[in-house]
Amino acid sequence: MAGVTAVTEELAVSVRGLSRSFGGRVVLSGVDLAIGPGEFVALLGRSGTGKTTLLRILDGLDPGYEGDALVPQRRAVVFQEPRLMPWQRVLPNVALGLRPGAGGQAALRQRSLAALSEVGLANLAHAWPVTLSGGEAQRVALARALVREPQLMLLDEPFGALDALTRTRMHALLQDLCARHRPAVLLVTHDVDEAIGLADRVLVLVNGRITLDAAVRLGRPRDRGDRGFIALRTTLLGELGVAGDGSGPRN
Amino acid sequence: MAEIFVAGPVSAADVKTAGTDGPVTTAADVTARTDPAGAGAGAGGLGAVGAGTGGITLIQPGQRRRPRRSRVRVPRLVRRVIGPLAVLGLWQLVCSQGVFNSVEVASPVAVVDAGRQLWAQGVLQSNLLISLERVAEGLGFGVAAGVALAVLCGLFWLGEDLLDPVIQAARAVPILGLVPLVIIWFGVGEAPKVFLIALGCLFPVYINTYAAIRGVDLKLVEAGQTFGLNRWGLVRKVILPGALPGFLVGLRFALVGSWIVDVVAEEINAQSGLGYLINQAQTTDRTDIMFLCLAIYAVLGVLADTLVRLLERTLLAWRRGFEGA
Repeated sequence: MAGVTAVTEELAVSVRGLSRSFGGRVVLSGVDLAIGPGEFVALLGRSGTGKTTLLRILDGLDPGYEGDALVPQRRAVVFQEPRLMPWQRVLPNVALGLRPGAGGQAALRQRSLAALSEVGLANLAHAWPVTLSGGEAQRVALARALVREPQLMLLDEPFGALDALTRTRMHALLQDLCARHRPAVLLVTHDVDEAIGLADRVLVLVNGRITLDAAVRLGRPRDRGDRGFIALRTTLLGELGVAGDGSGPRN
Repeated sequence: MAEIFVAGPVSAADVKTAGTDGPVTTAADVTARTDPAGAGAGAGGLGAVGAGTGGITLIQPGQRRRPRRSRVRVPRLVRRVIGPLAVLGLWQLVCSQGVFNSVEVASPVAVVDAGRQLWAQGVLQSNLLISLERVAEGLGFGVAAGVALAVLCGLFWLGEDLLDPVIQAARAVPILGLVPLVIIWFGVGEAPKVFLIALGCLFPVYINTYAAIRGVDLKLVEAGQTFGLNRWGLVRKVILPGALPGFLVGLRFALVGSWIVDVVAEEINAQSGLGYLINQAQTTDRTDIMFLCLAIYAVLGVLADTLVRLLERTLLAWRRGFEGA
């Protein structure tokens, strides 16, 4: 029952022989995973393959695993739902759990406002979460993650509940933010195009094991019509057990 | 990209523009454009298959078929006062018609007279004040204890296992059944009354707050954990705010309960208070004083309810629920 401890290493995530079972049902069996500093890794898998379980272990929310899992101290999560505290306005939601440092409350406030500006929502600092649209709420969640200056960002299907147009804009925003702050990112998703479009490396999780580890050697911004894009998509869909018809899976 | 005709907020003029406004869709994939006439013909054809009904009646969604008659808006407060006033009027009418004799049912006018009389003697103020004091003290102790126990049981398994069965068992005991015992314990001073009122407030606050703490969304608790809230931070920023709506429901029950217990405690065993006044009035057949005290209870109840509503409005501003039509 080891907790998630952090040690200095040349890696942002170091996972070896990680297993997790729930009452005899094996969800993860012997997962190895290494993510370098600043590396963007997408983890693909069909529902029920253990993606979220892996992420929860790295979040520190699930201590009941076996094997080794090392993550940085400074890490932040964006869940599928925004999970904002409905009884706090947007700004205190962004600063949730942060202790005021040397600059005191005012400095913390400035930092939170800056993070909100980065996602384009400084004008909504005093809004109640219930009044936000789905995309806005998720951007606040992104700002809440950013303000922690994470060395590792864990994204659990963060765009899964958004409409296609909003999702496209969020992809652009995320790429922009990652280029500026360079955290290591582990993005869990079931959208093959999203994975190829954003990540440096795509992993496929099947039945609790990582069965494919493919580097994405495509320039940015990436074009879905690009030959390399299509070839990788076909490979990934094949690995996921979906017939590659070239259109990618739909939610 | 086919043209879509919405039956509803699109007015006839809009449809016409949409039909003639060709350049909007220039993409090559548009193969056919449905025009209103064509749609009409299609509907006719379907009509033949159906029961021969002519066409489909289209309405504007979300609008009344008949336009609302414009009328003078009566202010909300006035509308809320109409009901109680009507009851008072009817009451007075029945009394002045002699349906009951004045000893059985005092008329509103007689009740007001009694009120003036008692006020002039200073009896009303002093007894009202002592009742208010008892209720305030009992409410304070009861609510505080209820919240404390709810937090202990809601947050800690140990607390729940040790305390909850005891509280549930105690809750099943009728509070008023304790009156003789409490008199033996505390005598006849203020303590037994305050104790009984506190007990009456404790249970509703405990039950509702405890359930609300256990009902706080686990996803929010997890989010709080991953964002670095420690145990106390979780309690302060996630669990207690999340349980606040439930606590306020409990507070409402407690406010009502406190007065019920107060009246009974004062009627059985007191030399002062509104309950004592009612009891005295019974021995002298003064129904006007009885009604007066009951009316005061009613007014106090309304005031307490208004207070909690105000509290809810400020404390739960983050919640945007259905607010009625």
